[in-house]
Amino acid sequence: MLNYSVKRLGLAVIIVSVVMLLLFTMIYLIPGDPAAVALGPRATDAMREALRVKMGLDQPIWIQFWNFFINAWQGDLGNEVLSDRPVTDVVLEQLPFTLALIAGGMIWSIALGIPLGCWTAIQPGGIVDRIIGILSVGVIAVPSFVIAIYALLIFAVSLRWLPAIGAGDSGDIIDQIIHLILPSLAVGLGWVGYLARLVRASMLEVLEASHIRTARAFGLPERLITYRYALTIAILPTVTLLGVGIGQMLSSAVFAEIVFARPGVGKLVYDAILTRNYPLVSGAVLVTTVLFIAINLIADLVVGVLDPRVRSRL
Amino acid sequence: MSEAVSKLYKALRRILAEPMGAFGVALVVLMVFGAVFADILATAEPSDISPRDRFQGPSITHLLGTDHLGRDLFSRVLHGGRIALSVALFSIAASLVIGVVLGLIAGYGPRWLDNLMILVFDALKSFPTVMLALALVTLFGPSLTAVVVVVILVNVPGYARIIRTQTLALKSAQFVSAAQSMGAGTTRILRAHILPNVIGPLLILASMDIPVVIAIEAGMSFLGLGVRPPTPSWGAILNDGFAAIRDTPWIAVAGGLPIIVTTLGFTFLGETLRDVFDPRLKVR
Repeated sequence: MLNYSVKRLGLAVIIVSVVMLLLFTMIYLIPGDPAAVALGPRATDAMREALRVKMGLDQPIWIQFWNFFINAWQGDLGNEVLSDRPVTDVVLEQLPFTLALIAGGMIWSIALGIPLGCWTAIQPGGIVDRIIGILSVGVIAVPSFVIAIYALLIFAVSLRWLPAIGAGDSGDIIDQIIHLILPSLAVGLGWVGYLARLVRASMLEVLEASHIRTARAFGLPERLITYRYALTIAILPTVTLLGVGIGQMLSSAVFAEIVFARPGVGKLVYDAILTRNYPLVSGAVLVTTVLFIAINLIADLVVGVLDPRVRSRL
Repeated sequence: MSEAVSKLYKALRRILAEPMGAFGVALVVLMVFGAVFADILATAEPSDISPRDRFQGPSITHLLGTDHLGRDLFSRVLHGGRIALSVALFSIAASLVIGVVLGLIAGYGPRWLDNLMILVFDALKSFPTVMLALALVTLFGPSLTAVVVVVILVNVPGYARIIRTQTLALKSAQFVSAAQSMGAGTTRILRAHILPNVIGPLLILASMDIPVVIAIEAGMSFLGLGVRPPTPSWGAILNDGFAAIRDTPWIAVAGGLPIIVTTLGFTFLGETLRDVFDPRLKVR
């Protein structure tokens, strides 16, 4: 297990490095002089030159990359253009809002997806199974921003059940949760479908296993067999997908934050693009990507603990 | 030729026999029909501005109502279908070509090149899709080019990996060694012996990506980072509707509906296709 963990961690470090290289290349290729963009049209040549030296833009490209690389690993992503604050601080300020949104999406998908998956696995091929099967595919297919807009339209604008914009009062936890209901539904609904299908498939497999047959032969109640003996095993494959799921929810969260006018990393990047605040864009993209890589790493390590077979695959 | 036609006919019958497949085919036909005959079906020019008619609800003259510039939404939805479909087909075709070439190189080429390519693919896959799109917009500016580049970068790693794995498996197969011993060059082996064996499953997977790509185009256009106005795009209509969602909700409905119809249609069709032709792909 230790061997596997070290290898898997090493791989993650290498991938983060390549991601940094890709992002650096992208920033480097953006047309226009970053110093001129930062200072605006009224700056003199001398001011631009001074800022270029300060930003290290007068150095050869490999030194620029090396500096970027070393600083990024130390958590220094440079300063943003508008207020000259460290990018890392600005991003970390917004991150909790996005994480809360993803956690909400997770809760929706687990609370609905796992029971639906169990329910359909008990009577495969029945009418309930077919309807839920089609619905699951449906919610996976429809893009989250359409779900977000329609949810806003139905529950906030027409029915007025839930608030349409913002993250709620910062001191009032109940208010914050109420503001989280709709956006997190938009983020998590697709994964309700994924989980339902995944749990159904793995339940069908587990229900055939001999220890379930033994439990039946002992005359244990069907409910106990399903939820206690079958589900606890059938749920394992979902852990692997958790990492992927959080990545997709990160994408959906960008849309949910914009539609529901919530603070968060997605809204931050979107606003930064509109104001051409490029250091902030690349910094926030790097932070979320590293977060995604870290979550996948953790998911893989957890699966490595639970299922020794995967350890030999790396 | 007639054999191929009868094969196709049989496949279609099997798809239509499944309720999900039949529903998918119906939705896809509806969408493609609307996009292809947009010129005939549209009741107005999609980009004609008419300030006097702005914010009108659905009626006989404007089937889906009008937007903030008085443009007929029904006509814009039809023409938006053309954009969605052509972007999807073009960018998937481009991803397929690039993915197949890179996959063959990784699978058949030297070991170090394979490792390097896998590393870059893994790094590309580590970006959350929307974050990658947002980062690339800084480079290309809001445009169709940005949308196509995003789709290619999202799809190529997956396609190339499939081709690579299968090429690796076939590399040491007997018929490949036989061809090598008869003096066949690398290009000939790849083209005549390996490619035909690896392309099938990839095409099914690529067809399942059509709704995903349509969602990417609509999503970027919704954020104002995709097609430029006044080109009609479903995402752009949805954005117009979002801006006026409190007073004139039909604009948002008109923008969202075709996206739902199309993504559902293609997904149902793709799922049925996969179940009918290659059940092995189900475990992915």
